[in-house]
Amino acid sequence: MILTPLHLCLLLSSALFCIGLIGALSRSSSILVLLGVELMLNAANLNFIAFWRYGPNPAAGTGVLFVLFSIAVAAAEAAVGLALVIAIYRHQRSIRLQDARRLKG
Amino acid sequence: MSLPVQLLWLIPALPLLAAGIGSLTPRSGRGLASGAAIVAMAISFLLSCGALATALAQPAAHLVHNFAWFDLGGSAVRLGWLLDPLTAFMCVMVTFVGTLIFIFSTGYLHEDANFTRFFCFLSLFAAAMLGLLVANSLLLLFICWELVGLASYLLIGFWFHKPSAAAAAKKAFITTRIGDLGLLLGMLWLYDSTGSLLFYDGGQGVLEATALGGLVAQTTIGGLAVSTAIGLLIFCGAIGKSGQFPLHVWLPDAMEGPTPVSALIHAATMVAAGVFLVARVYPLMSADQGLAHVPVHALTVVAAIGAITALLGALIAVAQSDIKRVLAFSTVSQLGYMMLALGVGSWVAAIFHLLTHAFFKALLFLGSGSVIHAAHHEQDIRRLGGLRGPMRATFATFAIGMMALAGVPFLFSGFWSKEAILHAAHNWDVSHLPLYAGLAAVVLTAFYMTRLVAETFFGSPRSEEASHAHENSAVMTVPLILLAVCAVLLGFLGTPAYPWLQARLEGHTEVHGHPIFEGAGLLMLSIVLVAVGIGSGWALYGRRPRANANALDPIEGRLPGLFAVLRARFGFDELYAATVGRLNTAMAALSDGLDRYVWDAAVRFLAALGEFGGVVNREADEDVLNGGFDATNDRLRGTARSYSAAQTGGAHGYLRTVAVGFVLLVLIVMLGGGV
Repeated sequence: MILTPLHLCLLLSSALFCIGLIGALSRSSSILVLLGVELMLNAANLNFIAFWRYGPNPAAGTGVLFVLFSIAVAAAEAAVGLALVIAIYRHQRSIRLQDARRLKG
Repeated sequence: MSLPVQLLWLIPALPLLAAGIGSLTPRSGRGLASGAAIVAMAISFLLSCGALATALAQPAAHLVHNFAWFDLGGSAVRLGWLLDPLTAFMCVMVTFVGTLIFIFSTGYLHEDANFTRFFCFLSLFAAAMLGLLVANSLLLLFICWELVGLASYLLIGFWFHKPSAAAAAKKAFITTRIGDLGLLLGMLWLYDSTGSLLFYDGGQGVLEATALGGLVAQTTIGGLAVSTAIGLLIFCGAIGKSGQFPLHVWLPDAMEGPTPVSALIHAATMVAAGVFLVARVYPLMSADQGLAHVPVHALTVVAAIGAITALLGALIAVAQSDIKRVLAFSTVSQLGYMMLALGVGSWVAAIFHLLTHAFFKALLFLGSGSVIHAAHHEQDIRRLGGLRGPMRATFATFAIGMMALAGVPFLFSGFWSKEAILHAAHNWDVSHLPLYAGLAAVVLTAFYMTRLVAETFFGSPRSEEASHAHENSAVMTVPLILLAVCAVLLGFLGTPAYPWLQARLEGHTEVHGHPIFEGAGLLMLSIVLVAVGIGSGWALYGRRPRANANALDPIEGRLPGLFAVLRARFGFDELYAATVGRLNTAMAALSDGLDRYVWDAAVRFLAALGEFGGVVNREADEDVLNGGFDATNDRLRGTARSYSAAQTGGAHGYLRTVAVGFVLLVLIVMLGGGV
């Protein structure tokens, strides 16, 4: 099995994704869960870049543009997420996710 | 000063405004209500004089101002104002007499609590009458006609707390309504046949040659020309309003209203409306004169009704003992004269008599009002008497009115107008019966008026009230004097030697007189008849005055049967009560029975049916439909409960589920070998 640069990039992004997933699932602080989510997102961004760079048409700027969009959306999402964290804190004086069980059906 | 036809609406609008002011004035605002009414009427009088000047400048023209009231589909309903000498003379008369009656009323009713309401109604009455005069559309005329009816109802029933006044108001309203139905039908027929209700419209109006030619050419049931049938239907309205036989019964009962109202109704406005209407549509009424083969001409019917009414009213007046009732029946009789004149083809003589009659009858009614007011509401001439001394002004003016009505020769207006009518009747080539009826009525009129004056003013007072009577204040006597002056002078507008009024009414600018003594035979005959009437009246009532209130009437002593029939007014009221009234009661009872036992039973049956259906419905609903819905709802609730258990509220749980799902997805893709 030959490790091409594409394979290396994909392995890196997979590792990043797994770190983010584990972080998001295991931490109890909601800020750290958000951090994990951001890591997974950036793993996806890395995939975009890799497939663009080693894909059939590296001359076109589509991959970079797509990632730029994704980062912009991620920034908005982070803002909303942090605002949610603040709202949760205001409600129950804690940012532990285990305490925020109001959404129980 | 002359008033253009476009501004003619101001004449009725001002009294209408005064009526509006009067209706908004509180009871304490007596001066405001009566002042507004009198001022409005006086200004209307001045405007009417302006209109008269306009009309006399071109007497042959019918000046009109038409406008569309509203659009109805493709056609428009059009109304308009009409100014010709007929309208102008009538307006001047109504506003002048009206103003004097208004002034008199301030004295007559100054103790009445509802003074402001009275003036509101009076103004409304005058406004409606003036609107009727200036209308150039049968529709507008009809609207005002009904308003006159309404206002007369309100005024006759002004003292509605008296049951007799309330009944009289109802009777006047319903009786005239019978005639109005005819007028309404005639109007609809006319619109159907000609497509217009405007009198004069530049060749398109219903009184102009085109429309009349069309109406005369068609025939309807019984071989009548359509114009005859429509004319007779319109004449029905005039019969009702002008108190003609057989609908004259309301007019004497209308005496229940305050006396100024009687003067207004019987002199200037309401009863004049019928005569005016026939004169206004005279081209239509006389359109069938050229036809030889028709069974009857419209004008022949008018003449017959007029002659009957003239004689009947005069006969009944002889035996009445209420001062106002005598005058009321004399009005019926005089209106009969006017109809007679219209029927025999001389509408100008009718209008001439209408104008002179308006003045002297207003004078007589206001004079009787003055007597009644002075004698503390005693109206029975058997209990009056001897008022000549204490009430000089009233006596003098009343005597002038009496002589004008009786037709005392040369000096008084009634003589000239009555003479014009008798001449017209004499020249009528169809029949001389109306002439004989008219001549008989001349004797009777002179007779009963002499009786009235002798009983009221001569002899000695026959009751406590009469002996304390004294003359009224100037606000009541001045209108009397003005009217008396007019009652004398007005006749000289239309003497045979210089018939200025008649010429202007017919649209001539120059006057062709002829010597007074042309046709002197008739003139002499009627002078002799007047002398006979007055002489016999004086012989029976004046020479030997009634001794006390309970003494027998001289005629009653000699011809008790005849007198009783006359006093009972030929039993017309009883006849109507026994026929129309009883029929009405029977129909009402039948309707009541039908309503109670047939329609009500049907309604109850339907209601029971509905109730039964409701019970069945409820059972079905509760047991069948509701059961099904309840079962469905229980199932839905159970499913929802099991789903909601998955919603733990823990964010980690959700994330975990997402992750597991993701891993599964990846596994499926990889094992499936899709990539």
